Amino acid sequence: MLKTNNTSEKTTETITSHENQAVDQHFNFAYLDERTKRMIRRAILKAVAIPGYQVPFGSREMPLPYGWGTGGIQVTASVIGPRDVLKVIDQGSDDTVNAVNIRRFFQRTTNVEITTQTQAATLIQTRHRIPEMTLTEDQIIIYQVPVPEPMQRLEPRERETRSLHGLAEYGLMHVKLYEDIARYGHIATTYDYPVLVNNRYVMAPSPIPKFDNPKMHMNPALQLFGAGREKRIYAVPPYTSVESLGFEDYPFEIQRWDAPCELCGSRDSFLDEVITDDQGGRIFVCSDSDYCETEQSKLGPSVVAPALSIAKDD
Amino acid sequence: MPVDTQSPILRVTGLNKSYGDRAALIDASFELWSGEVLAIVGESGSGKTTLLNALAARDKPDSGSVEFQLREGGLTDIFKMTEAQRRLLARTDWGFVHQNSADGLRMEVSAGANVGERLMALGQRHYGQLRATACDWLARVEIDPARVDDLPRHFSGGMRQRLQIARNLVTQPRLVFMDEPTSGLDVSVQAKLLDLLRQLTQRLGLASIIVTHDLAVARLLAHRMIVMRRGQIVETGLTDQVLDDPQHPYTQLLVSSVLQP
Repeated sequence: MLKTNNTSEKTTETITSHENQAVDQHFNFAYLDERTKRMIRRAILKAVAIPGYQVPFGSREMPLPYGWGTGGIQVTASVIGPRDVLKVIDQGSDDTVNAVNIRRFFQRTTNVEITTQTQAATLIQTRHRIPEMTLTEDQIIIYQVPVPEPMQRLEPRERETRSLHGLAEYGLMHVKLYEDIARYGHIATTYDYPVLVNNRYVMAPSPIPKFDNPKMHMNPALQLFGAGREKRIYAVPPYTSVESLGFEDYPFEIQRWDAPCELCGSRDSFLDEVITDDQGGRIFVCSDSDYCETEQSKLGPSVVAPALSIAKDD
Repeated sequence: MPVDTQSPILRVTGLNKSYGDRAALIDASFELWSGEVLAIVGESGSGKTTLLNALAARDKPDSGSVEFQLREGGLTDIFKMTEAQRRLLARTDWGFVHQNSADGLRMEVSAGANVGERLMALGQRHYGQLRATACDWLARVEIDPARVDDLPRHFSGGMRQRLQIARNLVTQPRLVFMDEPTSGLDVSVQAKLLDLLRQLTQRLGLASIIVTHDLAVARLLAHRMIVMRRGQIVETGLTDQVLDDPQHPYTQLLVSSVLQP
């Protein structure tokens, strides 16, 4: 599935000691056996051919519990090659538990190069975010999906939701948004905000903030989605239209913040609110840690805000 | 409306349906004309609901045909349409009022969203207009428009039933199926609902088919009625004629067993 590694000259993060383990010989490359990988690749090909359509696949038992990204891991394991460079993020950060564990898992089972730099990666597995930096045609982003069916809350019968997808009857999605406005005065859905892919299938973008929805539209990278427990794979091929649903008088909007990032001063990135003390002190910092560090390095070493250490410990 | 008034809105020919060895419906045929209200009466297990489900394409009969007069295209067999066409028909030109309002409503979304759902499915994307339409319809079925954001769960049984009617009528259907719309409601609420149904069907020129075991409901609403017994239509005719001068022994029994207050 992969091209020549054109990123090898770029520096990648020094591998920390606990991640620097020899590849475990008890497992096949990338843990899954070759037939399973082939089965998953077939599902991926079908998903790419029908953008936004949920393709069933034989999800395997993984050595991590459901909810930890078993769908994303299986997709990554099926497309990863020895010359790939892998980045794993969780809520935008490379250092959170989920990201660290998945990264270690692939370190042990593939020994591929890993990185925290968005532009250095060929494969990015993500939970809850799309990196701020624009992706390229040479990259694949893999989303971990808990609930692949966007209509599940309103229509629990899967047989019915499948017919609704088949016949493109999507009134129900607007019922959900209508209900938001009726209750809260605005569309209160802030994550997993439903999108229409390629003007055909309504798709759950996984629990990314709606801030990231516009990034999916006409993205040069291949976007793959894996739901392990629900046994579904879907995809958005490069340069595909992804439209967030809305009403004429209540159109789709992304989140905005009054303050810039405390650490790097960015006004364009998705910010997390971080509580700094017991006196109600709080700051806003970038959720994408790699982006924030890149922006900080542009400012020069002297300008690092004092709150950095606190935010890092968090 | 370029609808052919020379032919019926619904034509049913030779419907049969059996569940295993048990015949639930035997050779049912009738016609329904635009603006006409037809009651299907009979005791429990007589095949009333089976017949209604077959007419509304909710359950495919073993044989026979159900033809509906489309706005364009004339009388068309509903079981020969594609599923997409049938579903479009079911949410535009048809309505279905369930006996149990929970089957016909989305209990977890507001009354406004319930009324607006069909419009949203048809592509209406203006919140303000959807809400205005919802309020208008709530008023027409005598629900206070101030309750547009309340959940149906917080409505009384009679209100739920009226909300269900509003939700169905919002697309101005031409044919409405009702499965025991008044049973389970107390008598005064029943009377109010019947009054409302009578007004609406008259004003909108709706054709409707009402399944009921209550002869008083049939007397009040229906122009014509069909009496069913053991899956067979045993008598049909004008409501007053059937109720005042029943011909078939079973109809005579049915009419004579109604308590006269």
